[in-house]
Amino acid sequence: MLYNKPDPQEVKVLTRRFGLENSASIDTYLATDGYQGFLKAREMTPDDIITEVKTSNLRGRGGAGFPTGMKWGFVPRTSPKPKYIVVNGDESEPGTCKDRLLIENDPHQLLEGMMIAGLAVDAHAGYVYIRGEYRYLIDILDKAIAEAYSRGWLGKNIQGTGFDFDVYTQTGAGAYECGEESALLESLEGKRGVPRIRPPFPAVSGAFQCPTVLNNVETYSAVPSILRDGGAAFASLGTPRNGGTRLFCLSGHINRPGVYELPMGFNLLRMIEEVGGGVWRGKKLKAVIPGGSSCPVLTADECDLAMDYDTLAKAKTMLGSGGVVVMDEDTCMVKAAMRIMRFYAHESCGWCIPCREGTAWLRKLLIRFHDGGGARSDIDLIGDVARNMLGRTFCPLGDAAAMPTISFVEKFRGEFEAHLAGRPCPHEHADHLALV
Amino acid sequence: MSDLVHLTIDGKPIEAPAGTLLIDAVRKYGIEIPAFCYYEGLALQAACRMCLVEVEKMPKLQTACTLPVAEGMVVRTETPVVADARKAMLELVLTNHPLDCPVCDKGGECELQDMTFRYGAGEGRFNETKQHIDEKQWSPVVFFDRPRCILCYRCVRICNEGMGVAALGIANRAVTSEIIPNEADHLNCDECGMCIDVCPVGALTSGPYRYKTRPWEMDHIATICAHCADGCKTTLGVRNNSIIRANNRDHSGLNGDFLCVKGRFAFDYGASQERLQTPLARVDGKLEPISWTRALKTIAAKFGEVRQRGGAFGVIGSNHTTNEENYYLQKFARQGLGTNNIDHHRTGDVITLIDALAGKGGQLATVEDIYNAPAVVVLGCDLSHQHPMLAYQLRANVRHHQAQIYPITPGPVREDNQATRSLRVDKGGEVEALGSLAAELKQAGGVVILYGDPVKGDAVRKLVDFGESLGVPVKYVALVDYSNSRGAIEMGLTPELLPGMTPSNTGGMRIGQMLASTDLDVLWVVGANPLKNRAALAGKPFLVVQDLFRTETAEQADIVLPAGSAYEKNGTVTNVCGQVQMLKKGIGAMGTKTDLDIFALLAKEMKLDLGPATPDALLAEIRTTVKGYDVVLAVLATGGAAMTGVNGPVAIDVPVDAIHSANDTMYTSGSISRYSKALTSLMEYPGELYSGKSK
Repeated sequence: MLYNKPDPQEVKVLTRRFGLENSASIDTYLATDGYQGFLKAREMTPDDIITEVKTSNLRGRGGAGFPTGMKWGFVPRTSPKPKYIVVNGDESEPGTCKDRLLIENDPHQLLEGMMIAGLAVDAHAGYVYIRGEYRYLIDILDKAIAEAYSRGWLGKNIQGTGFDFDVYTQTGAGAYECGEESALLESLEGKRGVPRIRPPFPAVSGAFQCPTVLNNVETYSAVPSILRDGGAAFASLGTPRNGGTRLFCLSGHINRPGVYELPMGFNLLRMIEEVGGGVWRGKKLKAVIPGGSSCPVLTADECDLAMDYDTLAKAKTMLGSGGVVVMDEDTCMVKAAMRIMRFYAHESCGWCIPCREGTAWLRKLLIRFHDGGGARSDIDLIGDVARNMLGRTFCPLGDAAAMPTISFVEKFRGEFEAHLAGRPCPHEHADHLALV
Repeated sequence: MSDLVHLTIDGKPIEAPAGTLLIDAVRKYGIEIPAFCYYEGLALQAACRMCLVEVEKMPKLQTACTLPVAEGMVVRTETPVVADARKAMLELVLTNHPLDCPVCDKGGECELQDMTFRYGAGEGRFNETKQHIDEKQWSPVVFFDRPRCILCYRCVRICNEGMGVAALGIANRAVTSEIIPNEADHLNCDECGMCIDVCPVGALTSGPYRYKTRPWEMDHIATICAHCADGCKTTLGVRNNSIIRANNRDHSGLNGDFLCVKGRFAFDYGASQERLQTPLARVDGKLEPISWTRALKTIAAKFGEVRQRGGAFGVIGSNHTTNEENYYLQKFARQGLGTNNIDHHRTGDVITLIDALAGKGGQLATVEDIYNAPAVVVLGCDLSHQHPMLAYQLRANVRHHQAQIYPITPGPVREDNQATRSLRVDKGGEVEALGSLAAELKQAGGVVILYGDPVKGDAVRKLVDFGESLGVPVKYVALVDYSNSRGAIEMGLTPELLPGMTPSNTGGMRIGQMLASTDLDVLWVVGANPLKNRAALAGKPFLVVQDLFRTETAEQADIVLPAGSAYEKNGTVTNVCGQVQMLKKGIGAMGTKTDLDIFALLAKEMKLDLGPATPDALLAEIRTTVKGYDVVLAVLATGGAAMTGVNGPVAIDVPVDAIHSANDTMYTSGSISRYSKALTSLMEYPGELYSGKSK
């Protein structure tokens, strides 16, 4: 099902079947050019498939934005080991809710993307790792997989092309950390979900120590249209080096929250005002987290930006997972920082000292500070502790906790000062926080 | 891998073999990169983030523990950025640390203390409530205090990788992460205490050692463990003339960091309440205390009288006494008492091996060989139980060199988990089963074969023939039971052989014959318990027993002399591989005398001239007169292990029926272990392991 009305400014590539009757069924899929990308790819050499994906300027939709074609190119295709296609469906970044829609409304698009990746790297098996809380998606996906098998779109000798491909589903058990690719692989293998030392990267040694392509649900879902309509067509939808469209998840203090497929480089202010219908209750905009809770926050003045990887990197934040969290003028930024830290302190896997101890410290410190028990020196301390974690943790989770914290203190120092001893939170009356 | 690469550390050019981790490469240049989680030989973790260094062309700080050196790499370890990172990690790890150093066992030898002192901040800024989790007791010997734990996972890895037991894991996540034992609230494991040993802080502490002392109040005395034949080096922590702790403090010696449950905890047998503290003599059928003077005079008079009238002596020596004592005892028997009735409990067929290898040389494996061999075959022995250190080396060999392992045993053994292939055979069929491995062993390019007591006599010859047929270097270890079983054979404690495995060419009784004989006038038992599983002697000889305890044999003695334990004397012992190491006296025990002192006093009393009777003088004599024992004194004196070179041929008929291992388990060690409070407090690991006893 869909959770919001589509917007006329949307460019529907990945979401083109959203809203169709039985959009998740193989019949609907086949009736709307389904699996044509795969059939086209089957006629191509692996190198040509990878070139096509490179041409599309598709960049990883999980958050880091690594060029997908290049990633596939790292897989040693001639390795005697089996290769695997793994889907990261552990969507758990606060503010992000797009992958679930892609699986729920168009699971075959994901399967087709996996199969094309399989052709590109000579893999014959794929795993879809789905966030534990998304259990209901497993039924939808399993049904789609069963349909594909029964109609000859999965299994041995797919549609007589001589290509074999199997797909398995696996749920996580409720750990944000398992969205990190190497922790996901550990969890997939049935072990404790902690990240691995890299190198080797999954392309060389991933699932079961075999070469592995690991991408986000949205990334794979973009692949069928790239093969079907050509990489250049996809690239032209976006900005240079940022091909195609992106599913943006608008949430927070906004009139029309929802998931919207917009071209890369779409202006953030327009996204809030036009697509999202502006800040709710006629309030003024205070801040935006542009790509999920781990991205540094933008002040209202900084929001006139093209939403693509490079522009946001220049603005010292990230496009991340596309979770745009809008905060109105009543938002307590100390409380927002505290809530974010509470999340990371809960979700740290505990493997390395700086993340485990740093998030726990910051959580306690921010709670105390928000409750009015802070001292002036604590404001610098919050930033210091976060900076002590930054770039020093085992995996990016520590950075994900540190970066927003540093930005909150730097950009909203005045609000922190307003919380100093004895003074209650000036926004105590605000009944909604953007991130809950 | 052996290509040298050149790099620059803090402006200093260094070189290291390609593939070396940066943290290892810098060490020999006197540069320290601090780390908690890095532990040589175990899997990498990169969890503590203490070893972060600056590497040119890399945007972020890098962990030196995971970074292989590369040509032209430029590394800086002492910049303000690195110093700041180290300080930050310490500040963070101390946030939830209880800072109970004044009452922590680890205080004074704690890596966290040392690092905080060297790299840390003088002041913490953590102003919140610390997380508290109650301390837990996992077993009589292992305690875990989570607040002190820094989660370096060394314990988890040593248990999993080093011991092959995997009794420890991690529960929960984030700051509530916790090390947990395999049985929810307690441990079911070897109780080896390796987890305690590798713990850099006071999170894992030893039951017997807790709250006994501050580390700096102990004397640390390096000696050799008194239990099995592997010859682990151990450092005794001694305070007020009692041993409080044993661990291999400096990780030197054959065993490196390893000690098993016996080595680590069973040093306490000598402190047992049942320890003899005065000589005993039979008065009206009961053993009553007498003075040393009277005891020695009585024995000397009896020995003198029997010798005078040409009576028969029997002498049973020990597997635990030193080479010097054994050497002196056989001299006493042969020269002083004029008898060749001398024997000891033989636990493995070393003699046939030496004979079969005559003239070949260099085919006796050392402990290092077991760690380095491309393939290792274990015949008829539950290695993890009977030779824990050799099994540890074997597992390390698999981890570090991917060695091929082939256990050939009657039942399952732990080595099966590392094995390339395991063969199950009936006892006695071990050597025959080897044939099927010939091709694989040839391919491996080098083999070490360890064999237990089922392989003896002709089977050993067949084994050596098999080894010869492979055409690759093959080395052997004849597995024997106790700390100086090997030395007992080589010092001449058998009727067939004089010291150095020189045939005596004189008849003499063996243990079984002595116990069954009705003609013996004197039976002198030194550090042995031949009546342990036997009702009584057949005859009525004058029975003299030297021991630590009133053993079954001592109970039947006419005179019992309280002897010193291995931790109470100097001397040398020879381990299962034939490597000689030095014992160093740690403590004294009231009322006792070392066996050597007892021999010397008896000789004096009997006016025998058997030469000087001090460990040093006897070692000098052994080194110059005993074949194969011309070992380098400096090696011994500096705590090293010197390989002996005993060589064949040994042209005697080996009495194979006299050879039988006691098949001790991980928790037993002949008649000694039952007096160890620590050992008897522990449940035996009921794992899947076959114990020789069940066969």
